[in-house]
Amino acid sequence: MGRWAEESALCSVGAVTTPAVSIRDAVVLLGSFPALAGADFTVQNGEIVLVQGANGAGKSTLLRLCAGLLPVTRGEARILGHDVTSERDLVRSHVGYLGHTNGLYLDLTAAENLSFWGRAVGASPAEVSDAATRMGLTPRLLDTQVARMSSGQKRRTALAVMVIRRAALWLLDEPHTGLDAAGRNEIDSILREAAASGATVVVASHELERAGSLATRRVEVAGGIVVEVGTP
Amino acid sequence: MSRPSTYKVALAVAAKDLRIERRSKVVANQILPFAGIVMVLFAFALDNDGILQRVAPGLVWLATLFSSIIVVQRTFAVESADNALDALRVAGLPPAGVFLGKVMALTAQLVLFEAVLVVLALVLYQVSVSLGGAVLLVTTGMLASIGLAAMGALYGGLSIGGRGRETLLPLLLLPAVAPILIAATRATEAAFGSDGTPLREGWPWMGLLGVFGALFLFGGTLGFGTLTDE
Repeated sequence: MGRWAEESALCSVGAVTTPAVSIRDAVVLLGSFPALAGADFTVQNGEIVLVQGANGAGKSTLLRLCAGLLPVTRGEARILGHDVTSERDLVRSHVGYLGHTNGLYLDLTAAENLSFWGRAVGASPAEVSDAATRMGLTPRLLDTQVARMSSGQKRRTALAVMVIRRAALWLLDEPHTGLDAAGRNEIDSILREAAASGATVVVASHELERAGSLATRRVEVAGGIVVEVGTP
Repeated sequence: MSRPSTYKVALAVAAKDLRIERRSKVVANQILPFAGIVMVLFAFALDNDGILQRVAPGLVWLATLFSSIIVVQRTFAVESADNALDALRVAGLPPAGVFLGKVMALTAQLVLFEAVLVVLALVLYQVSVSLGGAVLLVTTGMLASIGLAAMGALYGGLSIGGRGRETLLPLLLLPAVAPILIAATRATEAAFGSDGTPLREGWPWMGLLGVFGALFLFGGTLGFGTLTDE
């Protein structure tokens, strides 16, 4: 069984498999502005879905809704079988969200960041060490203060946190931003590996060529509505 | 992977916050000298041994209060620098654990802080303290620190996402901590024997400090998640 298969199994009930993401007619208001205006969005387990769209179209809002960080004003949003409004904590505990920032403590080293997350979520030191190895964090990098790391190294550390948390659904907002070619390739291979191991991945990106080659399916967000584009 | 308990999350958050402080040394190298300068400036401004000895307890706690605002701001600044608070929220960690961890780390820093300020008061303002007074001082410091930390963590969490949070926090926190300031100052007066205040008059104030600390610990444990959520 893959690393994330245990969490993904949460979505299977008998012969019926619940989608990792099931959003129906969702309206999300940011203030009085409807950032999502009746969006429908479904993601099956193990998919890598690219969410594309212009600035302000609602891509980040869609991801934050999936992460349980925003409530729906109307409609329904179920993540890994759990309702984002009434079962928010359950949703959050199974989701890994990487926004425009990395969510790391800049004064600490990468090893100290990973160690904190390991302790906080109850992962063993062996699991923490395994996550670091999988993300290519060498002993030298692990001893580097996050503030001194390159963008790619910070991204890899943040992804290692997702591995430690055994997130079943990975939500990434512009994961390639600020990375050089090697860093982008690394991110892509990490995401492919996560999906191969049973995780579901949703990536919001402007970089259609790069993220498109990674994705198994593409959707576009426009005016707060999700439109199916198809397979790349 | 079993879900960690609130207690374990609190310990992890406290250890992380204290490690960040040990690494960055912001409290030791910036906030503590700031408090020391405030104490020295009070001495220059009042420039009278009699008055200084009488008002020393209030000066110690005012300096603590102003400095504690910076300490609280700092402890939440590390959460917002790279949006780590979002990561904490998405991880589904018990908010009570995060709150209690913040309180533990803040309490540890404030206790050390107060110890230095009291020593400065003894030296600069030439106040003296008996053994019984020292026991009262330690108890006052512990209870007041827990109360200040609980209120700081609660109001810090409330203001973290707000626009102009640097000015919002003092506006919210300073009026709310007035009872702690009053109780801690009165107890410290008794510990220092300022104006002939007997030691026994200091102990009843521990009740007020205890009640305030317990109230905000309880409120923060229940409400921190809602306050820090969008």
